[in-house]
Amino acid sequence: MENLVKKFTSSSLALPLVALVILLLFNAFFVNDFFKIEVMDNGNLYGRPIDILYRASSLIILALGMTFVIATGGIDISVGAVVAISSATCCVMLGGDISGVPHHPFFIAIIASLCVGVLAGIWNGTLVAKFKIQAMVATLILMTAGRGIAQLMTDGQIITVYYKPFAYIGGNIPGIALPTAMIIALLMICLVLFLDKKTSIGLMIQSVGINANAARYAGIKVTAVLFAVYIFSGFCAGTAGLIEGSLIRAADANNAGLNMEMDAILAVTLGGTLMVGGRYYIGGTIIGAITIQTLTTTMYAIGVSSDRLPAVKAVVILMIIVFQSEKFKEMYRNYKLKHQNNGGSKEASNA
Amino acid sequence: MKLVKAVLAASIAAVIATSAQAKQLTIGFSQIGAESEWRTANTNDVKEAAKAHNVDLKFSDAQQKQENQIKAIRTFIAQKVDLIGLVPIVATGWDNILREAKRAKIPVLIVDRDLSVQDPSLYVAKIGTDSYAEGQKVYKWIDEYVKANNVKPRNGGDKLNIVILEGTVGASATTGRGNGFNDALKDDPDGAKKFNILASQTGDFTRQKGQEVMESFLKSDRDNIDILFAMNDDMALGAIQAIEAAGLKPSKDIIIVSVDGVKGIFQAMIDGKANATVECNPLQGELFFQTAEKVLKGESVPKSVFVEEGVYTADQAAEVFPSRKY
Repeated sequence: MENLVKKFTSSSLALPLVALVILLLFNAFFVNDFFKIEVMDNGNLYGRPIDILYRASSLIILALGMTFVIATGGIDISVGAVVAISSATCCVMLGGDISGVPHHPFFIAIIASLCVGVLAGIWNGTLVAKFKIQAMVATLILMTAGRGIAQLMTDGQIITVYYKPFAYIGGNIPGIALPTAMIIALLMICLVLFLDKKTSIGLMIQSVGINANAARYAGIKVTAVLFAVYIFSGFCAGTAGLIEGSLIRAADANNAGLNMEMDAILAVTLGGTLMVGGRYYIGGTIIGAITIQTLTTTMYAIGVSSDRLPAVKAVVILMIIVFQSEKFKEMYRNYKLKHQNNGGSKEASNA
Repeated sequence: MKLVKAVLAASIAAVIATSAQAKQLTIGFSQIGAESEWRTANTNDVKEAAKAHNVDLKFSDAQQKQENQIKAIRTFIAQKVDLIGLVPIVATGWDNILREAKRAKIPVLIVDRDLSVQDPSLYVAKIGTDSYAEGQKVYKWIDEYVKANNVKPRNGGDKLNIVILEGTVGASATTGRGNGFNDALKDDPDGAKKFNILASQTGDFTRQKGQEVMESFLKSDRDNIDILFAMNDDMALGAIQAIEAAGLKPSKDIIIVSVDGVKGIFQAMIDGKANATVECNPLQGELFFQTAEKVLKGESVPKSVFVEEGVYTADQAAEVFPSRKY
């Protein structure tokens, strides 16, 4: 038993998990029926836990892509803007006809949105991998330009899509109880776990993150690896864009995916992956993303208004990050050691 | 040499002639962004009216940020425009930049939203909608509708429960509509007996936040909410999706009233998913340029100029819809 506890506390997932559990406990005490899940008449699941999971879906997807990028020592701050472009692409292709007749077939619109995401990834990858521009600067270009591109596509309008099946992505496919976004997120997690466990790409990413030169001498194609992670991140952003657009059944170029890049980075760091690159923790990232969404849902549930939300969120996240920091762990160890010594000496004197 | 001189003289004459003939006005206009269909209609109307009045319009989209608006105004001052139109995203924090404009002797017209500055001479006039009156109209409509249809609280209590989706905190439309609504409720002698405000939170005037906040309201009080007052249509449209996801019928189980009158809400009313919208008229371009021309001619204008606004209900929606411009 003691061994198990020790194993758990020393595992990388311990702190993110504990943070999430504390948040959930808070909800259990202070919010009525927080964990209640009902089955609706149409068979859909309904309740706050479901809300958290499906609203976290697009964040989880973004954060998965971000994990690989950060593991190579890079960063992709353009994902929020790519979400806007992707959702704009889908809505523009479907068109805003009130009759609900799409201008292009749905699957073509979906593929186009994903392609736009990949294209954004190729752009970022070219700048970072080929032209060796610092990742922050390279992706900053698309971060600023992206929303403008989305605005151009939508003509500055919010395009409302009346085509019914479009709502399935952000809602439920009729007859399936789980929200589609959750299913997509699960598929993406499976894909990433497969890449991580069954192929050597994970190892390559880590070695590039730890020391790119050493990796190159070891025969790893560093440029190709970098290129790949940015393309994957773009693909993730494209997918998230579809979900975000479908949630409100409209393309809102100004607000779709706003600040999501920051939440994604936060999810990755909460999960224990260091910004300098190297080791990464997929499980931690997922828990981090769920923690962030739980926090948001909690704030709404206890009635903190959304304009004050960032401040409260910042305080909670500050606490989590500080608890996770090496320095704090060291202080805690020292404190424990001192305490033990004190206890020990007392016992000794008693004897 | 003679030829050169002639050409030079001719070109100078041409330059003088064009500058004298085209005494075209240059007007800088700082718009908030394109957060809703309503805002887009407002933008388009200003642009169209600029063409009709033959004005060189310098248009700036602030993408929902006050600092961008301040930057834009500073640029307008540097470009020495004749007049500046400003749609302030929030009510406060404009004193310094407006003083800069005043020092440069450029008159400023406040459009659509309200702002508060210590020295009201910093702007010439406010043009736009009366958000306080809109809030009052919302209350009046709800009160009459409830009476006419004999609406009973769904939870069997003695008061109808209202939830409010507020706009961006600090925006004049939010405060105006909120105050108008609350004052009308207070002034109604039976108001406190009939209605109870169950919850009120900001949805930032966007669809996504409106949906998210409504979802949260429904999680806590699904069977208690009778009426939704959304401070703009887009939040109402987001909320309608949340209400449907909760297995309730929008406009039947929960009465939905919002402000603005965009096409989307008319469509929702035709589909029987919303009850009424209090118009907030974005077609302010004509009034803006008329007032601007008066100001530049030196004529006096009243400090507040309002556009016309009405209330539209679900029964009128299908009839009015084709004539809607936004």
